Amino acid sequence: MAGRAITITSGKGGVGKTTVTANLAVALALLGRRVTAIDTDIGLRNLDIIMGMESRIIYDIVDVVEGQCHLLQALIRDKRLPNLHLLPAAQTSDKTALSREDMIAICQELKADNDFVLIDSPAGIEHGFQNALAGADEAIIVTTPEVSAVRSADRIIGLIEMNGKGPGRLIINRIKPAMVRRGDMLDTYDVIEFLAIELLGVIPEDEAVIVSANKGVPLAFEQSTQASQAFHNIARRILGETVPFMPIIEERGGLLNRLRSLFRFP
Amino acid sequence: MTPAITIPPRSNGETTIWIKGTRKGLSITLGEGDWSELLHELDLRLSQADAFFRGSQVNLSTGKRDLDQTELKELMDTLLKHDIKLISLRTGSEAAAEAAQSLGVRLGLPEATLDQTAPRTSPEEPSEGLLLRRTLRSGQSIRHPGHVVIIGDVNPGAEIIAGGDVVVWGKLRGMVHAGALGDNGAVVCALELTPTQLRIGTHIATSPEEKKSKGIQPEVAFVLNGRIVAEPWSGK
Repeated sequence: MAGRAITITSGKGGVGKTTVTANLAVALALLGRRVTAIDTDIGLRNLDIIMGMESRIIYDIVDVVEGQCHLLQALIRDKRLPNLHLLPAAQTSDKTALSREDMIAICQELKADNDFVLIDSPAGIEHGFQNALAGADEAIIVTTPEVSAVRSADRIIGLIEMNGKGPGRLIINRIKPAMVRRGDMLDTYDVIEFLAIELLGVIPEDEAVIVSANKGVPLAFEQSTQASQAFHNIARRILGETVPFMPIIEERGGLLNRLRSLFRFP
Repeated sequence: MTPAITIPPRSNGETTIWIKGTRKGLSITLGEGDWSELLHELDLRLSQADAFFRGSQVNLSTGKRDLDQTELKELMDTLLKHDIKLISLRTGSEAAAEAAQSLGVRLGLPEATLDQTAPRTSPEEPSEGLLLRRTLRSGQSIRHPGHVVIIGDVNPGAEIIAGGDVVVWGKLRGMVHAGALGDNGAVVCALELTPTQLRIGTHIATSPEEKKSKGIQPEVAFVLNGRIVAEPWSGK
């Protein structure tokens, strides 16, 4: 059975698309699924660094498209998880090196051998984003609880809907429970209420994310922190399991129940 | 329910121009009559409703009329003058189709719906509206010559430009222009009326800065003594 291609996108930069892609790829792979992550941020590649594969890049996605190598030659296998691969972006070209047709062909080919193809989208709404969406079956929108990020997410959801792949599901990244409690930050309910799409998960702000990114070992390899647990929960929700939301969004009493009633979770 | 609404044709001697809004966008139909008079009339009509048309995209229908390249170019220039983009031409004439192709204008589907929709709307009463049941998101724009009803939210960055009234059964937080064809008597109602900017006819207003935290209620906005005012909705 062919796998699912999921684009991870946000519109605004810096909200954690690449971190989410890397960690979901690891979490899904740890659950035994065959996963390939694609970095489509050509010219500004990052996913390889966060996944600790930078030094092992020989060919990249542009080489594949230009026929310099076969797709399989460009894939980098994770050292710990043989069922996890990365198709890296090129650093020396720009977004126009890829076309929508290229992406559709690459995704088709990868879907045949994988359960999940996770596509890390570049920021913005132009060519690069359109490419990232072209080969996808569905989309995950990442936002942070800030007004500007939520507005960008709204714009992106509209574009995903226009492409007939919407509306997608939402991950709220870097929520700070203390700030929400003080009323200084949008809470989960505010964001969901504004964007009106299904919530896939909430990831708390965690310094360990930065440490792990610097080391090139995605946090999801260890399950010790709350953020890591959040990634694993999201991975299981992607697989169709019903996983209760973590207490970070329960702190404003009854919120979980409001969310549940909103999305009819049992 | 028919999604099409029609602005009544104004006859100027022999010429007739129909402007319609459909789910697929605006369409202008040019009827019988002398071509240059027709263009002049079109120019006039577009000038009268400049706020409504500026930046819009239209589909054009010219019926069975034969057009050569020069005539079509004249038409396109008239539209361009009002910052209107021609996205397609529907024509029953082979000559016009050829002219369109050589000018790089996409050909629309042959005119089949006009006969069905035209008689259904009384020209005196363009009361039919556009009903949409969805969230209007940032970057999305609705432009319709009649009334517009949205069941859902209108988010910041989205815009509605309507010739008639606008009703939002949800939160109105984007930009809305009611009465954009010049009707200062149009109204805007919403369950939560906090638009980025509100325009009615020739008037412009913004929402008050202070948050209406003390219980949000449905409101209606209209023009009173030359200013846009918003009042709580009370079913009189």
